[in-house]
Order: sequence, then structure tokens, then C-alpha cells
Amino acid sequence: MGSGHGTELNLTLKVWRQKNTKATGSFETHQLTGISTDMSFLEMFDVLNEKLISEGKEAIAFDHDCREGICGMCSMYINGRPHGPKQGVTTCQLHMRSFKNGDTIVVEPWRSAAFPVIKDLAVDRGAFDRIIASGGYISVNTGNAQDANNILIPKTDADESFGAAACIGCGACVAACKNGSAMLFVSAKVSQLALLPQGQVERKERVKKMVEAMDAEGFGNCTNTGACEAECPKGISLENIARMNRELMGATFK
Amino acid sequence: MSQGFLKSSIGKKFVMGLTGLFLITFLVVHCFINCLIFFNDGGLTFNIGADFMAHNWLIRAGELVLFFGLIVHIIQALLLTLENKKARPVGYAKIDGAANSSWYSRSMGLLGTLLLIFLIIHLVHFWVKSRFTGLPGEDANGNENLYAVMQETFKMAWVVVLYALSMISLSYHLLHGFQSAFQTLGLNHKVYTPIIKKVGIAFSILIPFIFALMPILMFLGVIK
Repeated sequence: MGSGHGTELNLTLKVWRQKNTKATGSFETHQLTGISTDMSFLEMFDVLNEKLISEGKEAIAFDHDCREGICGMCSMYINGRPHGPKQGVTTCQLHMRSFKNGDTIVVEPWRSAAFPVIKDLAVDRGAFDRIIASGGYISVNTGNAQDANNILIPKTDADESFGAAACIGCGACVAACKNGSAMLFVSAKVSQLALLPQGQVERKERVKKMVEAMDAEGFGNCTNTGACEAECPKGISLENIARMNRELMGATFK
Repeated sequence: MSQGFLKSSIGKKFVMGLTGLFLITFLVVHCFINCLIFFNDGGLTFNIGADFMAHNWLIRAGELVLFFGLIVHIIQALLLTLENKKARPVGYAKIDGAANSSWYSRSMGLLGTLLLIFLIIHLVHFWVKSRFTGLPGEDANGNENLYAVMQETFKMAWVVVLYALSMISLSYHLLHGFQSAFQTLGLNHKVYTPIIKKVGIAFSILIPFIFALMPILMFLGVIK
């Protein structure tokens, strides 16, 4: 730092604290002074946790990993929006310059029956892993890798599949949805394989199993509000949900 | 139709979308027939249409299908709402819904409930009289005089206000519902979806506007 563009903020933080999955949680208020606007939101939490530890208190549990906006580990529902006020970013890529001096920031965990709170702001997103696992394998030839361009894929299909594959499984779609629906996530995972030749063999079985797994996890139903698409840090499109609906119809009424 | 599909979250939404589109087609028919009052001929033309609708057996059979579709739409909406409530047992303390979606897309249940209340009052005003308790005689052409009931009903200011407000509810319900139904049925296309959305907006404004115009113009005495 020291470049001169960093100013400092004094903030009030209202953070959700919950001992474990079964405990009833509540908000805890913290005053923070001298927070650099160059910090990321997670770095601000690091500062808060160091302060708590030095005071002999328990640090706030929150999920994070790559801090580069690519892993999907960080969560946090900040001031009424997943990943905070900026569009198209994860919480680690949200910087304190998005806030004003004197702001009160409310931080909550993802709220979903399918994402139980492990502790404080950390939730268990194992439901997503189980949905992906339910989709099963894809049949591919073993042996040497095929020549490049041996399997021709139309450019538009490749682009749409790649767009769907950009999903990092962070769960912001579920957190943003008023119904707690996981349709955007599941539809992205269904689409990325349904669009490619490699995904054709198990295509019909895959969508059926994944939708079944999604429903079994207790996610809500989609009402097409579009909140998921608006809050998705990777810009996953609602077109994927329509595609998944088509895929399931195609698989059911074949 | 496969049992499994209808029990899935996508199948349930599919039923909502299909019944919704079916109810939209009904609105078109209802609006066309009612537009006959704009001939402003003391309801003679309108009564021809209303008499036909009341006595044609195909229309009467269609009426049963219509009620069935409406009831399925309502019950399915209730079941889905209850399920969605269960999906988030602990709510957020602070929600900035306006940042990512329109208020009416998040309020379909409320708008639908208002419409249901209106519908019950509306059926008591006209449908019950036309089908069960009887209409006040016949017009000059010998047709049942449903128009006379309209004239009587729309003399009351509170009824006119209620109808106009209810049409605003209908407009917002359609504004989300029209394009949402196509998305649910899997019809999302780079070229056609923007067209569907525009048609949906036009439909959602035009149809409720025409409906609202009827009680207002009759109350003001423009249509006699």
C-alpha cells in the first residue's frame, strides 16, 4: 500500500454467531476502526478475528480458500445480498472501497435447509457435492488421448457448455433465491455435459438423477424471479434452467 | 404422463406454467366477449355473446375445464409455497430483494391471493346470477339480459374501485407470469425470448386495462 489511494473506514459489523448446527444463533456487534479501503472483505474479517483472538475471544468461523474468486468457497450474505453489493464477484473479490465510512454491515450465513450452518458463517454445502455425484460418470474411450478436433463440437455449443461449466458451486444462487432453489446450480451442471458429445450416453439418466437428488436435498422450487442469475459471481444464465427443464421433459417423455 | 415427473420440482412448475397459460387464453376470450359492450347499443350485441356463452354446451364443458385449471393452479401454488417456506426455515435479518429481482416476481402469491378474493366477488356478481339465481328478464332481442346486471353492479362506486384495483393486481401477476410460463416450459431462446417478453408486457398492460375500462366507463355513464 502507501500508494495514496487507501483511505480508512470506521465500521459497525453485525455478524451472525452460531456455536454449531443445532444451536440457535444470534447477531454479535463489533466496532472496527482504521479499515483500509484496499482490503478485501475477507481481509477485514482477518483483522477482526486477530482482534478477537488478542482479546481472548473466539474467532468467527467463515469459509475461504483461494481468495482469487475462482474456488467458490467463500460465502457470506452481506447487507441482504450474497457476496455483497457488487455484481459478478465473490466475497474475496469484494473490497472495502465498496463501503462508506460509518456504515453498518450485516453479515449472515447462506440460509437454506439444505445448507446447515456448521459454525457462525460457515455452512455445509455437501448437498451440492451429492447432487453432482448423483449425476454419475460419463462413458469415454480409454487409451491414448484422441487427436485434437477428432470430435467436432459446434462453436455455439462449446461456448454455452463452457459458460455453464464456469459455475464454481458457491451456492449464491440458493442464498439469493427467495425460495431457496438450487435450479441454477443444477442446471449449469446438467447443461455443461448435455451440450457436449461426451455427455450424450448418460444424458437422459443424468438429468433425472440430478433433479431427483436436488429435490431430495430439500431445496425450494424455482419461480423464475431471476435473483440467482443476477447474483451469480460467474454470470451463469437462466437459459440453463430452461434447458434443464427441456432435458427432464425429453428424458421423461422419450 | 409420468408420475415421477409430476412429483419433481420441475414437473410441479410445469403444471403451474401450463395452467397459467391456459388461464391466459381464457382471459383473451373473456375480454373479447366483454368488448361487445363498447358497441354502446344498450347491451344488445353483448347479450348475444353472453347468451351464446351461457347456452352452448361446448362452452359449458369448457367452463368445467376452466374451473379445474384454476383450482389446480391455486392448489399447486399453495403446495409450492409451503415447500419453499420449508426450504428456508431460518430467514435473513436483512434482504435487499430489489437489487436482484422485481417486487412483483417475488409477490406472485400475494397478487394471486388478491386475484382470488376478487374472483370470488366477481363470480358472485355475475356468474352465480347468470347460472343459478337467474337474470332480470330478456332484452329487446329476447336474449338473457346479463347487461342489465352489469349496469346495476357498476352503479356502485366501491365495486368500480375494487375492479380497477384488482386489474392492477392482474397486470402485475401477468407481467411476471406470462414470460415465466415459457421459461418453465423450457422455451428460452436468444431470438424468441426477448419477443415473448415484449408480447408479455403488452398483453399484461392491455388486457387488464380493457377490463378496467368497462366498469369505469359504465359508472361514468359513457357506456349506457
